[in-house]
Parts: sequence; structure tokens; C-alpha cells
Amino acid sequence: MVPLGAYLAVGAILFSIGIYGLLTKKNGIIVLLSTELMLNAVNVNLVAFSKFGVNANITGQIFTVFTITVAAAEAAIGLALLMAVFRNKATINVKEMDIMKR
Amino acid sequence: MVGKQQYQRERGESLMTITGQFIAFFVFALMAITGGVLMLNLNKVIHMVLSIGLSFFGVAGLFIILQAEYLAFVQVLIYAGAITIMMAMGTMMTQHKEKDTKERNWTHIILSLLAAIGVGGFFLYGIYQTAWPTEAADLGANNVKVIGETLFQKYVIPFEVASVLLLVALVGAIVIAKREGDK
Repeated sequence: MVPLGAYLAVGAILFSIGIYGLLTKKNGIIVLLSTELMLNAVNVNLVAFSKFGVNANITGQIFTVFTITVAAAEAAIGLALLMAVFRNKATINVKEMDIMKR
Repeated sequence: MVGKQQYQRERGESLMTITGQFIAFFVFALMAITGGVLMLNLNKVIHMVLSIGLSFFGVAGLFIILQAEYLAFVQVLIYAGAITIMMAMGTMMTQHKEKDTKERNWTHIILSLLAAIGVGGFFLYGIYQTAWPTEAADLGANNVKVIGETLFQKYVIPFEVASVLLLVALVGAIVIAKREGDK
């Protein structure tokens, strides 16, 4: 039996990878994907607690269904925004999205 | 020896024996983490998108080990299928020849690394220190049936709200991505 801590450790490592990618990558699509990776890490934790938690039941998996829904909506909207930015500025480099700073 | 086992039980650790489940967990966890690390290190954007697909497949395998078969299939369909392919198409429609830019700002990279290691180390320390419950609940062999019954009896209002959210996101994505000035 794999202990609960191992799943949580995998979730924590995936979350850290997501944070690093989110902070350092320049391409907007990769930044979006890093966010998806962080959401996925949270999903691993939710499903692990739905099996091993103090009050373990199916609710954790239900919550994960909603998280996946929100993640899909977020990916669609984010990609649409990147398309709009690319049409106007011919780049999706997040370093050059600085209109509101000027 | 008994004292040590008692101590380990109090710490929430069990003596890990090599079973098929442990090997499967190791393989899938390695897939998930390798996909993430490859995403950080590859050069071309399309390769990064495909490597994150590997990570999503690994997480789906972890769901199967955790007796969440329905979520494993949803993960493969939505994440590894839809989102990865959509991001790959987005890459092709925007800057398909471009590599991720090579200019490096070392202060920024070191600060980001510190942030990531800080958050990850904090989480791992907390996970290591806490005494987690060791016994696993049996969620039943009929995962899809149980999820469907709970979703449509107890959580039917959030389910409908989620469907409205998806509809709004669909319409909003079309409106945002549409060329401006088109009638």
C-alpha cells in the first residue's frame, strides 16, 4: 500500500514545477500549461484525500470533476486571449505584454 | 522492534514493501514529474506541450491507483486529449517556428527558483511532519455509478452552475478570438 504522504509529495513537486514554469517561461502558451500543471497537482491531492482522508468518501472526486471543468474553461479563455494578443501585436511573449505598465 | 513500529505508526508511516501497486505508483509518479521537468528544459515550444501531455498521462495513472477510474478517463480525455491538442494547435497558429527566447535574466531565474523551492520545501516539510491516517477507504468497485448518484442527488446545483460556466466560457472564447470588425 502506497502511503498518503507519497501522493502528497508528488503533488507538491508538480506544484513547484508549475510555479517555476509560470515565473520563468516567456511563451504565453507555456505559462498557461504551467497553470494547468498546478491545477493537476491539486487534483492529485484531492483524489488522494478522497481515498485516505480522515473522513474519506467520494466527495473529493466530485470536487475534482468541478476543478477539471474550471480548468478546461480557463484553458479555452486563455488561448482565445493569446490569439487576440497575437493578432494585435504579432507576438505571445509575455515580456512584451506591457501596455498597461506604460 | 515493536517500539519502532509503534513509532512509525504514530508518524503515519507504514513499512513500504515492494508490491505491484508500489511499482505502478513509482512509474506513474516518475512519468508525471519527468513530463514537468522536460517542459522546463526543452527548447521548442511544441516539444514542451507534448512533454506536459506525458505528465497528464502520469497523473491519470495515479488516479487509477487511487481507485478513481472515472477521473482517470476524464483526465485522459480532457487534459491529455483536449487541452494538450488545443495548446499544440495554439502554438501552430501563433509562433510555430519560434524557440523559447534565449535571453536570460539570472536574478529573475534565481528568485523564481527560490520561490519554487521555498513553496515545495514548505509543503514537503509539512507532509513529512504530519501524521496522516494510514487506512484506506474502499470506495467501491462501481466508481462511475457512485459518482453519478452523488453528483445528481447531492451536488446537482453546482453541476448546473458548472454547465453554465462552460457555456459562458465557450461563447466568451469565440467572441474574444473572433477578428475585430467582423460583422
